[in-house]
Amino acid sequence: MIRSDILKELVPVISDQLVVCNIGLPSQELHMLDDQPTNFYMLGTMGLSSSIGLGVALAQDKKVISIDGDGSVLTNFGTLPTIANNVADNFILLIIDNGSYGSTGDQPTYAGKKTSLAAVAKACGCETVIECQAEDCVDVMRDAIAGDKMTIIVCKCESGNIKVPVITKDPVVIRDRFMTAIREANT
Amino acid sequence: MDIDKKIVADFVNNDIELVTTVPCKQLAGVIDEIDACKDIYHIPSNKEDEGIGICAGAFMGGKRSAIIMQNTAIGVTVNTLVTLTQFYRMPLPMLISYRGELKEPVACQVEMAVHTKALLNQLHIPTYHFHQQSDAEELDTILKYTFMCNKPVAILTDATFWGGYGDQ
Repeated sequence: MIRSDILKELVPVISDQLVVCNIGLPSQELHMLDDQPTNFYMLGTMGLSSSIGLGVALAQDKKVISIDGDGSVLTNFGTLPTIANNVADNFILLIIDNGSYGSTGDQPTYAGKKTSLAAVAKACGCETVIECQAEDCVDVMRDAIAGDKMTIIVCKCESGNIKVPVITKDPVVIRDRFMTAIREANT
Repeated sequence: MDIDKKIVADFVNNDIELVTTVPCKQLAGVIDEIDACKDIYHIPSNKEDEGIGICAGAFMGGKRSAIIMQNTAIGVTVNTLVTLTQFYRMPLPMLISYRGELKEPVACQVEMAVHTKALLNQLHIPTYHFHQQSDAEELDTILKYTFMCNKPVAILTDATFWGGYGDQ
C-alpha cells in the first residue's frame, strides 16, 4: 500500500474529524478524496503539520489529527519533544512513513534507513506511540479516536504517488472554513 | 510597573492565551512572567518556525497567541512567516529581542542586527522599535492593531530598552 491507499481507507474514519494535513501530495490527495471544511490543507511550510495540529488541540477540546510524513517530521524534529511535554489528549499525530520524500520525487529519507521515528518519539517522551503497517492503519486510527490519550502513530508503507491536481482554493478560504468548522464542533 | 509585568499584562488584556518562547538573555524576565501567568499557556519551542506553527494552530483553534524570540529568528522563519502566517492571513505579535544593537557585547550578533529591519521591511511586516521603556506604552495599541489587521507584527526591543547587559 502507498500513502494514497491509506488515506482512501482512512476517509470514512477521519471525514468528520478536525484534520491538519501535510504539504504537497498528502493534502492534494486528501482534498481530491474527501474535501471537507474540517480539513486544513497546508499549501506551504514543510514540517509544521504536527506543530499546527498541536496548537489547534491545545486551544480547544475536539480531537485533532495531524497527518504528517516521515520527511516532514525529520524536517521539524524539535516538534516531538514539544508534543511529549505539552500533552494534549485530543491530539493524534499520524506519521505516514514511506521512507521517502514523496512530493519531490521519492528521494529516500533516513526514516527508511536506520532511523526509527517510533523509537525517537518514545525517546522524546511521547507515551503512546504505535508503529503499524499500512494494512492496520485504519483500525489503529479508529482506536486512537475512540481513546482519550495523545497518540503518535507511525504507519509504515511503500513509497509511491498517484496523479492528483494541485489545490487551487484560496488559503484564506481554507483557513476561514476550518475555523468555522472548529467553532461549530465546539458548540 | 516592572516592564516584564507590564508586557504580560498587555498580553492578557488583549486576550492572548498562548505564548511560545525561544529564549534570549534579554527576554529571561518576561519569559519568567509568561510562565508564571495563570491566564497564559506557555509553550517553549525548540525552534522559532515550530513556534509560529503552534501559534497558527492556536489561532485557528480560537485562542490568540504570540511568540517571543530573538532577532536571529527572522533568518530562521522567513518561509514560515510568508507561507503560513501571511499566506493564510493570521495575526501574530512577535516580541523580539533586538540583539546586536548599542551595548551589544557579542560581535556576531551585529551581523544579524544589520539585516533585521531590512528583512522585516522586505517581508512587509509592520515593525516597531522599543528603545526606551516609555516606548512600551504603545504595546497595547500595537497588539490591538495586530489582531485588527491579521498580520505578523514585529516589536523589536533593544539592549537600551532592557537596561543593558550588566557589567561589561
